[in-house]
Amino acid sequence: MNFEYTEEQLMIRQAARDFAQRELIKDVIERDTHAIYPTEHVKVLAELGFLGMLVDPKYDGGGMDTISYVLAIEEISKVDSSVSVIMSVNNSLVCYGLENFGSEAQKEKYLKPLARGDKIGAFLLSEPEAGSDATSQRTTAEDKGDYYLLNGTKNWITSGNTAGTYLVIAQTHPEKGHKGINVLIVDRNSPGITVGPHEDKMGMRSSDTHSVMFSDVKVPKENRIGEDGFGFIFAMKTLEGGRIGIAAQAVGIAAGAFERSVKYAKERKAFGTELVNHQSVAFKLAEMAVKIENARNLCLKAAWLKDQNKPYGYASAMAKYYAAEAAMWVTTEAVQIHGGYGYVKEYHVERLMREAKLTQIYEGTSEIQKIVISRQVINDY
Amino acid sequence: MNIIVCISNVPDTTTRIKFTADNKSIDYTGVQWIINPWDELALTRAIELKEAGKVDKIIVISVGNATIEATLRKALAAGADEAIRVEAEASDSFSTASHLAEAIKQQTADIILCGIESSDYNGSSVGGMLAEMLDLPSVSSVSSLEIEAGGIKITREIEGGRQQLETALPAVLVVQKGIAINPRIPSMRGIMTARTKPLKVIVASPVNAESQVNSYENPPRKSSCKMIDPENLDELVDLLHNEARVI
Repeated sequence: MNFEYTEEQLMIRQAARDFAQRELIKDVIERDTHAIYPTEHVKVLAELGFLGMLVDPKYDGGGMDTISYVLAIEEISKVDSSVSVIMSVNNSLVCYGLENFGSEAQKEKYLKPLARGDKIGAFLLSEPEAGSDATSQRTTAEDKGDYYLLNGTKNWITSGNTAGTYLVIAQTHPEKGHKGINVLIVDRNSPGITVGPHEDKMGMRSSDTHSVMFSDVKVPKENRIGEDGFGFIFAMKTLEGGRIGIAAQAVGIAAGAFERSVKYAKERKAFGTELVNHQSVAFKLAEMAVKIENARNLCLKAAWLKDQNKPYGYASAMAKYYAAEAAMWVTTEAVQIHGGYGYVKEYHVERLMREAKLTQIYEGTSEIQKIVISRQVINDY
Repeated sequence: MNIIVCISNVPDTTTRIKFTADNKSIDYTGVQWIINPWDELALTRAIELKEAGKVDKIIVISVGNATIEATLRKALAAGADEAIRVEAEASDSFSTASHLAEAIKQQTADIILCGIESSDYNGSSVGGMLAEMLDLPSVSSVSSLEIEAGGIKITREIEGGRQQLETALPAVLVVQKGIAINPRIPSMRGIMTARTKPLKVIVASPVNAESQVNSYENPPRKSSCKMIDPENLDELVDLLHNEARVI
């Protein structure tokens, strides 16, 4: 057992912190207010290698471990989760899926530009009537011999408009249920793709979330990842890792709100003394610190298991569930500590609270995580 | 052309400085260490010049025990090619400059960059001492450095304006804010390649410190805000004039 970070992990955390605290902080409120996509920041993320940091260097990635990834996501999320979600989806859903299950030719053609950040990736699973229930895919990928004909609509797609490469989950053999689902690599510029309007979200407003419609889109057979019918397993395996990224994001949101709360409570006076001298506030800070530490440790354990090539689905579900709930609680209390100032944009905590809400919903709701956890608990005990 | 950048390992600028019980040294327990911000800007400029094809090699050098190697590796990750650690206690500016001079004499360098001061002790003296010990020309308060075909062009910030200079090489340049805008953040690729870049350790000859610290003390606490009745303008004017002395 060792709780020490390596020198390299600390260096990566510092690099992410410097990027977030020097660059992202400057325009985060404006981008959130006007839902402006962080084009320039994403370019810097690519230059620094954060967009493909988990990918093997032979595919132009950074070759870093999942612990480093968790630390980087946390630091960026302390300031701006619209940016960290772009990084998380690209790394842990799109690049991870291609690297682990794609063919050499697919990796060469699609993974490398994504790992370099020349292109952004999107993961298209949710549908208007299939979110948590991923087996009910209505999007179809009809087998036409040498190509698939893709039809249907995908919802809530992070980087839906900016992505150059889509990984699309679609049903090929409806009679086989979830065993008939495939995953296809689709070029964003393929004829027949229509991107819906930008979703006007509560939080993470500067990431571009869209619905994407496919109308008779021809996808070459060689763009299918894995065997025929591998799509559902692909989605589940990939989401297992994705949860670690979102858990780390939730830790960062909570930690960002916590750090701001401690600072504020030390400076702000009420009834003749600083807020920290009021037990009602000091105890809130103590509870925040414990929840964040717990969430971070769960997250790091899941990351560690993944790095050790051990099963991590249970651990990542626990991390994602706990961290998201902790983030919601911590940010709500952070607004409370800030009082009226917490309710205005200038102090950041109201935005962090809005961002926290999404971590309970996307990449598997808290309820879905409890299904994963409880099934394992019932099986094991 | 080769550039040496002298690096000081300093506590993170947000560190709350505490002293040991006798007030004769600083308690470094739990301190996060960083590259001295001015040295980081010097390094950034060296990296920019290398990326522009004007510099062949960047060597970073620092004095201290093995704990400073993390800081040197960060400099390698940011883009330096080699690092040298001089194994010695950096007890004052004179001993630091002496150790640096000894190590730099063993290198081939055209430009030696030092930050204007370290953010911990603010001595502002190592660069000048180093130039003297190396018997090299030195330029202080450098805010811009360009390498051109015939040599280097330097800009210094001076009272009310700027001074443009050229100097023979090798030279020691003591740089300040403006030499680079944003310090370079190490990329994943940089961090990965830093694993295999050389970090040499040189054992220094003993040097006696020329100064010793008698004691440290914290600055006085800022006095609290004075509230004045909005009707009482005379008191406000009096305080601004006689106490704050701003009008």
